[in-house]
Amino acid sequence: MSVNTTTLRAANGPVRRRSVGSWLLPLYVTAAFIVLLIPIVYTLVFSFNDANRSNISWNGFTLDNWQNVCAQPDVCIAFGNSLLVGAVSTLLATTLGTAIAIALVRYRFRARTVISLLLFLPMATPEIVMGAGLASQFLTMGVSKGLGTIIVAHTMFCLSFVVVTVRARVLSLDPALEEAGRDLYGSPTAVFWRVTFPLLLPGIIAAALLSFSLSFDDFIITYFNAGTVQTFPVYIYVAAQRGIPPQANVIASAVFLLAIAATLVFQVGAARRAQRRR
Amino acid sequence: MAMTALAPTTTATAAAEPPRRRPGLIAFALLAPGLAYLALFFLVPFVSLLITSFGINDPVEYGAFSYGFYWQNYVDVLAEYWPQFVRSFWYALLATIFALLISYPIAYFIGVRLRERTLLRNLLLVLVIAPFFISFLLRTLAWKQILSDEGPVVGFLQAVGLMGPQDHITGTAAAVVFGLTYNFIPFMTLPLFASLDRLDKRLLEAGSDLYAGPATTFVKITFPLSLPGVISGTLLTFIPAAGDYVNASQSFLGGPSTAMVGNVIQSKFLITVNYPQAAALSILLMAVILVIVGTYVRRAGTEDLL
Repeated sequence: MSVNTTTLRAANGPVRRRSVGSWLLPLYVTAAFIVLLIPIVYTLVFSFNDANRSNISWNGFTLDNWQNVCAQPDVCIAFGNSLLVGAVSTLLATTLGTAIAIALVRYRFRARTVISLLLFLPMATPEIVMGAGLASQFLTMGVSKGLGTIIVAHTMFCLSFVVVTVRARVLSLDPALEEAGRDLYGSPTAVFWRVTFPLLLPGIIAAALLSFSLSFDDFIITYFNAGTVQTFPVYIYVAAQRGIPPQANVIASAVFLLAIAATLVFQVGAARRAQRRR
Repeated sequence: MAMTALAPTTTATAAAEPPRRRPGLIAFALLAPGLAYLALFFLVPFVSLLITSFGINDPVEYGAFSYGFYWQNYVDVLAEYWPQFVRSFWYALLATIFALLISYPIAYFIGVRLRERTLLRNLLLVLVIAPFFISFLLRTLAWKQILSDEGPVVGFLQAVGLMGPQDHITGTAAAVVFGLTYNFIPFMTLPLFASLDRLDKRLLEAGSDLYAGPATTFVKITFPLSLPGVISGTLLTFIPAAGDYVNASQSFLGGPSTAMVGNVIQSKFLITVNYPQAAALSILLMAVILVIVGTYVRRAGTEDLL
């Protein structure tokens, strides 16, 4: 396709006039990104603020908050809870969702529409409704809220996103590869683990990452089903009334920098590989 | 790439799949656990919400209610909270429109203009999803500080005379809509990008070869072809924005006069523990959203979203 565009351009020559958009658009996009990044920069900068309990006005630069993250133990406990909930619910949602995605592509079902609807609805329901619904179910059943109920809730809302993500990968899978595996007398299990699974792995990893980030950042559903347990977002919401300690900014900034670094390494690597292929 | 996965939410339909085999035991074993999970923790909660919404709240004992068929709950909450209801959908609509207007040029720039420059394009995509990596609560609080009465924005606007000394930004409807717009811009940009990324540039060139100006090319070619992205982006923004209660909460960007229906549900459920009324409000919110989304999707012409 890129070949086609370049030949077209060459044939047309430089007669095509440059529209206003050619400089206005980059300018606009730059401005928009600057505004969008302001709160992130603010959070990063205030992780170095020499503030005690309420991190509102700038009191001078310090590295103390980064060195003593757990000086506010609640922050660290909440962060640990978030990691635990994220890991367990990602594992559950990815397993259940991958199985559904494979079955949906491979088999013909009479109840297909109903199944699709059941998978689509959680993505179209406002979080507060799902949160209140689950909470009232736990209430009716007499289940006491805690880490377990948070994990149940997170697995539920991550599941559909896993199905959608993995399904796209299953769709792009060449069935001939699995046939080749069967022709070579691979048992169904062997074909799955040695052919299908490795080919699906990028999709499964993407789904797991998505699931973890959805879980890690969720507040609304969590707050309804957390009881007295605090995840990191719940901690921030509760602390917002009396002021957020700078340690919360440290944790958020550290997670942000790690995630961005990982993404950049991945993207630069992908771009390099793409260029080499060209 | 974690978050770009959000994009194919609705666009995966493009590839028509040929279902191959009849379901057997394996298909059942693959499907059953996940679907049972959703039935148990997504559908059943709806039923318990519905049952609770017809319950009778105990006026004496805190948080207690008895089951019944007390449809008066719905009348009561509508009579008392219709302003919050209307406000929720109005704010969500405004935020969706603003997010679309802000995101479209960004998505167009990354998806169409930068198509040949892979590295720069991927870096800008990382910037689009960057906010996901910092808790949205902290980012909203950052805006609260920046827009507060002591903050630089209010100071500047008062200095140039655009704001009076008694005026505020935080606590107003404008601040809440601003916060909602800001929080949902990535959810709008990513599906738009996914659509525009697939746009065949030769069609745009054909447009200008046929003497269409940039505006005509946009209206007749670019925008219609990006419609799937517009639909999924607006849904991914509108639905969660209508149910949001963080931005409008008073410890974030809102004030006493900006409460949305989410704030009412949250305080009914967790503070005043009037479960039947909280449940009735949730059911009403869901019903209105289903009607709006159903109508919108049907009129926009894409019926199967998954």
